[in-house]
Amino acid sequence: MHERDEKPKPVSSRRKFLFQMVRSLGMAGITGTAWGAYVEENKADPLILRPPGAPPEEDFLKQCIKCGKCVEACPYDTLRLAAPGDQKPLGTPYFVPRETPCRMCTDIPCVPVCPTGALDLDRVSKNRGNMEIPDIARARMGVAVLDESSCLAYWGIQCDACYRACPLMDKALTIDYLRNARTGEHALLIPKVHCEQCTGCGVCEHVCITQKASVRIFPRDRVMGKADPRYIKGWDKRDERRLLNIPDRFTIRTERSRRKAQDYLNDEGILYE
Amino acid sequence: MSRFFFTHRFLILRRISQITLLVLLIGANRWGWKIITGNLTFSELFEKIPLTDPFALLQVFAAGASVKQTVAVGALIVALFYVFLGGRSFCSWICPVNLVTDAAGGIRRGLKMDFEDEDGFIRLSRNVRYWMIGISLILSMLLGVAAFEFISPVSMMHRGLIFGIGFGWMAVGMIFLFDLLAVRNGWCGHLCPLGGFYSLIGRNRLIQVRHTADLCSRCDRCIAVCPEKEILSEVGKQSGTISHGECVLCGRCVEVCEENALRFGIRKILKRRKT
Ligand code: SF4
Ligand code: SF4
Ligand code: SF4
Ligand code: SF4
Ligand code: SF4
Repeated sequence: MHERDEKPKPVSSRRKFLFQMVRSLGMAGITGTAWGAYVEENKADPLILRPPGAPPEEDFLKQCIKCGKCVEACPYDTLRLAAPGDQKPLGTPYFVPRETPCRMCTDIPCVPVCPTGALDLDRVSKNRGNMEIPDIARARMGVAVLDESSCLAYWGIQCDACYRACPLMDKALTIDYLRNARTGEHALLIPKVHCEQCTGCGVCEHVCITQKASVRIFPRDRVMGKADPRYIKGWDKRDERRLLNIPDRFTIRTERSRRKAQDYLNDEGILYE
Repeated sequence: MSRFFFTHRFLILRRISQITLLVLLIGANRWGWKIITGNLTFSELFEKIPLTDPFALLQVFAAGASVKQTVAVGALIVALFYVFLGGRSFCSWICPVNLVTDAAGGIRRGLKMDFEDEDGFIRLSRNVRYWMIGISLILSMLLGVAAFEFISPVSMMHRGLIFGIGFGWMAVGMIFLFDLLAVRNGWCGHLCPLGGFYSLIGRNRLIQVRHTADLCSRCDRCIAVCPEKEILSEVGKQSGTISHGECVLCGRCVEVCEENALRFGIRKILKRRKT
């Protein structure tokens, strides 16, 4: 009798312990999966615009601790922290240029206050005689994209609001004078964005006179292409210098290019085969 | 009236502490005050001393980011303070969610719906918060972002009060209802990994509640009022300090004790070593 009473006990308590262990792990798994799915779904907004000096989005999300120091430092109240309902990665700083663009402060107050390095002055500085000085023109918050179908300038109505407002006037935004074929006697004053120079500050989007802005800012990686480094602007001395350090993999070797041109041209057999 | 102030002295001090900090931080954002700037995840005192939420930084590290020295120093300062002095006092003296959960707890007590958890329809272990810490860190590692910071009602509410809350009220409301209707001290006492984190690091703090068993009349009012149930289990049986990491140092037990059997004290390091 005694043996019967005692024997099953240790087994069952160990089973109970194991069962509880497995159950806890299971619950943790369920919670973790749901939580992880939520974070994964909400961590990225492919069209969000970050403050100056931010790294690519993925790194930015890792580093930003959501302290809001950049928001506090911005004198124009450009930056804001994503609140629940904004449908942006929660608590991270961003700006909406149509409402408040970045005014490209020369001292860039929003960047040095960042405690983590998510905003880094090195990314918005230029080197002058061993001195790093802030240069907001290096900021690459986004890039302006122009919709020709709604821009009044393309219709032939004179409007150069965006051009005049651009802090990098004549660099990031220029005006092309084209002939107005419709009237035959007027000019079209066509605004043109130069991606390499545009900081994505959004002043142009902010001032655009059309009901919905005809020039709008997007993250650069959403809009810009990238030419293969083997293409070189031969007419540009600086670009041509790239030839010196082009890696081997961009030189295409064919059966023919192994030999000198002179040799294979003299060898008619290959040419006319 | 003065009796009210006396029996609520720590409650009043805690509210002053919580609200002053909030007002200073809101002032920093709205009107550029320079006393303390930022928010609970990172702030700077007098534009000099950095203060970082060490648990948030832990997640940032788990996510695989390298950070500047400032935040790391800030986390060290805060962690050292809680390890040696404050224990888990963050939860009842700083955290804004505490205002909400205290309100829910107060209403529960007032309406006499403060029955045992076992009778409630949700049973929750008080250890869930420690699991939450583990899950936070694992998810941060897997997803490359600070995972708890993404859903933390603490940061959401605090950031929200300073920078605009959006729909964050919903999360706050959810916690209120959860604490009011589902589980007694549900959020702070069971789920919140931040509280769990401070419980873990604050075990050996200096400031503790001291109990003198000889004075105790076993009215058990302290046990009824403590948001962390099991930690006062020795009351009336044995004199000593309440050294559990879970104690939030709210002082409610001290206020409610009419026999002076519970008081705040400094842990006697040498004496404890002998035993
Ligand atoms: S550069 Fe100036 S306007 Fe632009 S985000 Fe920074 S502080 Fe604000
Ligand atoms: S200051 Fe840096 S860490 Fe703080 S919110 Fe701005 S980007 Fe994030
Ligand atoms: S083109 Fe627009 S976004 Fe680009 S720099 Fe000029 S104003 Fe800013
Ligand atoms: S402000 Fe708008 S409508 Fe005017 S030229 Fe620029 S893009 Fe076109
Ligand atoms: S033991 Fe006292 S001070 Fe600690 S949490 Fe409980 S009521 Fe608060």
